[in-house]
Amino acid sequence: MSILINRHTRVVTQGITGKTGQFHTRMCREYANGRECFVAGVNPKKAGEDFEGIPIFASVREAKAKTGANASVIYVPPPGAAAAIWEAVEADLDLVICITEGIPVRDMIEVRDRMRKQNRRTLLVGPNCPGVITPDEIKIGIMPGHIHRKGRIGVVSRSGTLTYEAVGQLSELGYGQSSAVGIGGDPVNGLKHLDVLKLFNDDPDTDAVIMIGEIGGSDEETAAEWVKANMKKPVVGFIAGVTAPPGKRMGHAGAIISGGKGTAQEKLAVMEACGIKVTRNPAEMGKLLASVLK
Amino acid sequence: MKIHEYQAKEVLRKFGVLTPRGVPCFSVEEAVRAAQSLGGEVWVVKAQIHAGGRGKGGGVKVARSIDQVRAFAGQILGMQLVTHQTGPGGQKVRRLLVEEGADIARELYVGLVVDRQTQRVCLMASSEGGMDIEEVAASHPEKIHKVFVDPATGLTDAEGDAVATGLGLPAGSVRQARELLQALYRAFWDCDASLAEINPLIVTGGGQVLALDAKINFDDNALFRHPEIVAMRDLDEEDPAEVEASKHDLNYIQLDGDIGCLVNGAGLAMATMDVIKLYGGSPANFLDVGGGASTEKVTEAFKIMLRNPALKAILVNIFGGIMKCDVIATALVAAAKVVSLRVPLVVRLEGTNVALGKQILAESGLPIISAANMADAAQKVVQAAKGEGGR
Repeated sequence: MSILINRHTRVVTQGITGKTGQFHTRMCREYANGRECFVAGVNPKKAGEDFEGIPIFASVREAKAKTGANASVIYVPPPGAAAAIWEAVEADLDLVICITEGIPVRDMIEVRDRMRKQNRRTLLVGPNCPGVITPDEIKIGIMPGHIHRKGRIGVVSRSGTLTYEAVGQLSELGYGQSSAVGIGGDPVNGLKHLDVLKLFNDDPDTDAVIMIGEIGGSDEETAAEWVKANMKKPVVGFIAGVTAPPGKRMGHAGAIISGGKGTAQEKLAVMEACGIKVTRNPAEMGKLLASVLK
Repeated sequence: MKIHEYQAKEVLRKFGVLTPRGVPCFSVEEAVRAAQSLGGEVWVVKAQIHAGGRGKGGGVKVARSIDQVRAFAGQILGMQLVTHQTGPGGQKVRRLLVEEGADIARELYVGLVVDRQTQRVCLMASSEGGMDIEEVAASHPEKIHKVFVDPATGLTDAEGDAVATGLGLPAGSVRQARELLQALYRAFWDCDASLAEINPLIVTGGGQVLALDAKINFDDNALFRHPEIVAMRDLDEEDPAEVEASKHDLNYIQLDGDIGCLVNGAGLAMATMDVIKLYGGSPANFLDVGGGASTEKVTEAFKIMLRNPALKAILVNIFGGIMKCDVIATALVAAAKVVSLRVPLVVRLEGTNVALGKQILAESGLPIISAANMADAAQKVVQAAKGEGGR
C-alpha cells in the first residue's frame, strides 16, 4: 500500500499544454505505470485535441466522466491556478495536487474557504509543491523519479530539493519509501504535516516517517503534539532555517519568521519535547531514520 | 513588498480611513512650504524609511514653529537613521512626511495579518497603542481582541462594534471606529496586503479616530494585478544586491557571514546555510537559483556573491533532479571562467548524471574542490574560508 496515490490512480493534468505541463507530463508518463495512470488533460481552447496521445477535454468534469480520472495535477500559471483548484474540487475528484508556485494568498484563502463551507471531500496537496510519489507505482509532480526506491518509509516535507536530499539519503542507506509527499512552501495550503502523518500512521506499509519542516507558521508544532498523543510509528525530523534572519522571506512565501514566531529552534524544541528525534544536520536525516528502526 | 508610511496613508485614505493631513517632502524647502500650507501651530516631521522604530532613533520630531520645521527637516533628511530594524549601519533618510499635529487623547493598536491556522485574515486590536503587538501578546494577552474575518462577508458591523467596544472607546466614537476598521480590512483585502498595521490608532480630544501611523506590506505573488502598488516601490530602501538578484530571477538575501552559497531550491538553500553554521562557518547569503540554473543565471549569481567584500569562499550545493548535473557543471565552469573567482569554490553535486557532472568539473582545469555529500561540502568550505582568512 501507500498513501494518497498508487498504480490505480487516474490523473487529469490541468495546464497540460503549457511548457512546464508538457515536460512533466512526459516525465511522469515514463515513470512506472505512468502510461496507464495519466489519462487526460484539460484546456478549454484545445478540447478534442491530444497531447502525445493523451486526450484533452474542455473541463475537469468532462475529463472525469470520459476517462474515470480521480486525481488532478495542476501546472496552470498563478493568475488562474486557484480557479483550476476549484474546478477540480467541484468535479469531486479525490485528490488535487497543485504544483504552481506564486499563487496570491488571497486566492488561496477564498478557495480554501469555499472547500470548507461546502464540506468538499477533495484533498488538496500544495500549492508550490513538488507533488507526491509512490515509488515504482506512480509519480505525480516534478520530483526526479530515479532517486526513489520502493520501501516502507514515509516522507513529508514543505520543500522540494530538501525532500530529494532526504530521499537520496534514505535510498543510499537501503531504505525505500512508501510514499513521499511535498506539501509545499506557501502560507495557505491544503494538507499539512499533521494530515499526512495521520495517513502514514494508518498505512500498514509504512514503518516510520521523516518529517521535514522549515521556518514560518506553527504547523510542525501542531503535528508534533498530535504525534505525541497518537502516532504508533517512529517519526524523525529536520527543520531548515536555524540560521535564517527574522523578517526575511527565505525563498518560499511561507518561510518567514515574523514577530519572533516560527523559528527553527522553537519548532525543534517542541518536536523533541513530543518524542520526535530531530537532527540539526541535514546531511544526517537518513542516518537518523535508520537509528530509530534498529 | 514594502511601502513608506505616507504611501500607506494615501492607500488607506482611498478606502476611507481618516489620517492627519500631511505632505511628503524631498527637501528642507519643501518641508517648510508643506508646513506653511498645512497651517496650524504644531507639525510633525517624520523620516520615511521602510524600517520601524523611527521615533526612538530620532527620526520623528514635533515642531512648534516654522523655524523648528526647517531645523528638524535639515537634521533628519540625509541622516543615517538607526533603529532596531535597520541593523547597525542604519538607513539613509531621503524622504520626509510633514503632518499637522494631532490632539492625542488615547493611543490604540490595530493590525491585520493572514492567519495560517484558520486560513483567514486576522484583525488584532489592543488598547496598548505605541507598543509592539508581540510585547502586548506576551505581557497582557487579555488586552488583545482578535477577529478571524470570513472572506465571504468581510468584517461585519457586529464584529467592528465588538472590537471598538472591547477597546473601551466612548460610545460616541464606536461607529466611526467600526467604519475605520472595515475600511482598513477592505484596503488589506482589495490590495492583496500581507500585513497592515496602524500603531498608534488614536482617539483625539474631540473623540475622532485617526490613523497616526501606517504600515502596509503586500503579497509579492499578487503584484501582477496591482501596477499602482508596484509604482510605489522605492529601490533606495532595498539591498542593492537583492534588487540586482531579483532582476535575474534569483532569490538572494544578504547575510553577515563570509561563505557564499549557491543552491537550487529554497529548503535546500536554508539547510545549506544551517550545515555551514553547524561545522563552524558563517553563511554570507541565501541564494536559490531555482530549477533552471543556466550559465547566464549562475554567472550573475557568482557576480552578486563576489561583490560582497567579506566573501572568503563559495559553496555550490545542487541536487540535480529534473535539472541534470552535467548541464549544471557546464554552466558552473563557464561562469567561473567569466567571473575570475578570487575565492575557493567547493562544489557538491548530486542527482541525475552526477558522474558526468563531476567529470566536467575535474577536467575544467579550474581549482574546484569537489565534495561527496553535504557534510563533506560544509567541512571543506569552512576550512577553505579559514585558509583565506589566515593569508
